[in-house]
Amino acid sequence: MAQTFIEILRRALDEEMARDAAVYLLGEDVAEGGAFGVTKGLAAKHGATRVKNTPISEAAITGMATGAALCGLKPILEIMFIDFATLALDCLVNQAAKYRYMSGGQLAVPMVVRTQSGAAGGAAAQHSQSLESWFIHVPGLVVVAPSSPMEAYGLLKSAIRLGDPVLFIEHKRLYAMKEDFVDSAELPTIGKARVAREGSDVTIIAYSAMVRTALEAAETLAGRGISAEVIDLRTLLPLDMATISASVSKTHRAIVAHEAVMSGGVGAEIAARIADELFDELDAPVKRVGCPFVPIPFAPELEKALLPNALSIVQAAQELVR
Amino acid sequence: MSVNTPNAERQIWIYTQMLRIRTFEERVKRTFTDHPGVIRGHTHLADGAEASIVGSLSGFKKGDAALATYRCHGYPLVLGSDPKAAMAEIYGRVDGLCKGLGGSMHLTDVAHGFLGTSGIVGAGIPHAAGAAWAAQIRGKEEVVLCFFGDGASKQGAFAETLNIASLWKLPCVFVMENNGYNVVTTSAQEDANAAAGEPLSIKAKAFAMPGVTVDGTDPLAVHAVVSEAVARARAGHGPTLVESKVYRLSAHGNIIAPPGVPLHYPEHEAITVFGNSAEYEAALRGDPVPRFRGILVQNGILTPEHAAKITSEVDAEMQAAVDFALKSPFPTLESALQYNYA
Repeated sequence: MAQTFIEILRRALDEEMARDAAVYLLGEDVAEGGAFGVTKGLAAKHGATRVKNTPISEAAITGMATGAALCGLKPILEIMFIDFATLALDCLVNQAAKYRYMSGGQLAVPMVVRTQSGAAGGAAAQHSQSLESWFIHVPGLVVVAPSSPMEAYGLLKSAIRLGDPVLFIEHKRLYAMKEDFVDSAELPTIGKARVAREGSDVTIIAYSAMVRTALEAAETLAGRGISAEVIDLRTLLPLDMATISASVSKTHRAIVAHEAVMSGGVGAEIAARIADELFDELDAPVKRVGCPFVPIPFAPELEKALLPNALSIVQAAQELVR
Repeated sequence: MSVNTPNAERQIWIYTQMLRIRTFEERVKRTFTDHPGVIRGHTHLADGAEASIVGSLSGFKKGDAALATYRCHGYPLVLGSDPKAAMAEIYGRVDGLCKGLGGSMHLTDVAHGFLGTSGIVGAGIPHAAGAAWAAQIRGKEEVVLCFFGDGASKQGAFAETLNIASLWKLPCVFVMENNGYNVVTTSAQEDANAAAGEPLSIKAKAFAMPGVTVDGTDPLAVHAVVSEAVARARAGHGPTLVESKVYRLSAHGNIIAPPGVPLHYPEHEAITVFGNSAEYEAALRGDPVPRFRGILVQNGILTPEHAAKITSEVDAEMQAAVDFALKSPFPTLESALQYNYA
């Protein structure tokens, strides 16, 4: 039976809590399920000690999750919206990312910070941002952005078992997406991208909700005689350049599509790396698709108009493949 | 004397640890003149706070943990870290506690319960609470000592963390070392309680936990207050805020200068900024290390000969630390790329 992103994510949390007694959940309202209901029922099953509600104190709770991780726990912290991660930034950037390094390898921070990002349904400028590129600039962090329920299932489990601080970014537009649950013994490797659709004329590199949009675009492009390959990055830090390289060496054209604004974004990093490492392979400039450089507006019609969609990607591809 | 008074042997141990910190840090300071260029970056000394540090850690047990700030040389020395490895870290050498990747501000020695520091003021406070949460879950009556300065109590992380620690009854003791200065700003200039003439421990009241102010230059007074707070934490009754009043006898840190400019320790801010030599000289007269030695001699706990023997042993130990650190190689370039990820 098909299950939603939220249900499958909850299953991953439930199974990891059953598997490893060191896994603890904490965050605002998590005992009641959190803002989106992801952790619903887990307190009843695993006990209030292991599913801890916290005050609205992002700096302290991120710091406490970090401190607990130094002492043998594997905390999974929920930051309700990635927009609120600004309040936790000092801990993530200055401490969690650096404890292993500054201690010469004595310490580790096996912590997952689950958060959600992206625009959907008129949440306005402070509850809709895509801030992932801030975090890929920080050595010591890992950034994961799953594209579907089953991807989230495997990636979350791998993130919990990784042993490093992981920012796990869910997209609120994916929460209602349904997929059949498929049991698989094999978990994805953090840092490995996946080819979501094979193609030969252009590579569309995407992550999170934009993978679905890219697949839609690839379908449209196929009808117009353009064969697009879609890469689902899965992990933004570390970046899987090997998969990107293999694809671009085949298609000789690349588009990076994300919901975040383009300036200083993940697409900028990937475009620079392709230019640096694969210049001779390129038949056209690397294109970026992203939001215009403004905050997300409230009016739902405007929000929809600003977000990149399949048509934006199709147009970019048609410019590259003439 | 309360029931919490350590016996004679333990008092000598406390004095010895105080002297070890003082002598170690004198050697750090002397390195700037004896071996110019050997220490780069930032160092911050705890001279004047030795009684507070040792008094606070004198009840430390295996399984307990301590976290501190960038002014961190003293704690690991008391907890059992090798001064050779501590000095090598401050010199940026491969044999340092953190293999030269942390430096003076980030001494860490997990094997001895010293979980590290933060150079960001106040940032370590929630980490200590997280460690205390883990200790609470372990259920072995272990406690976490969280050291920070008076300046950190103006950070949001302080207020957020004390609220949760009290709410969750975490086994944590918050030791605020109030040395009177935030680099060059006095407490009364930036703290509403201080400006109103209130002790900073009054902040505990906002978080429904006990708050105690103690003379941080008296190791036995600190020991009594902190050991009571530790006992309370071990018993599951939650955290305490201790304000330990000390006087920083050195400037905030060595001067910060571009590469090529020799570094040194400037005079204390009481003199350079406030022109208040009298305050500084009074603090020097109250120096807790010779004062505690005098008390021990006066009380017949320590003979002058025994005191002299301790001094010469500690001098030799710290000379060996300097000699070792000077000879330790620089870290290899490859090591700079290690330890980033598991």
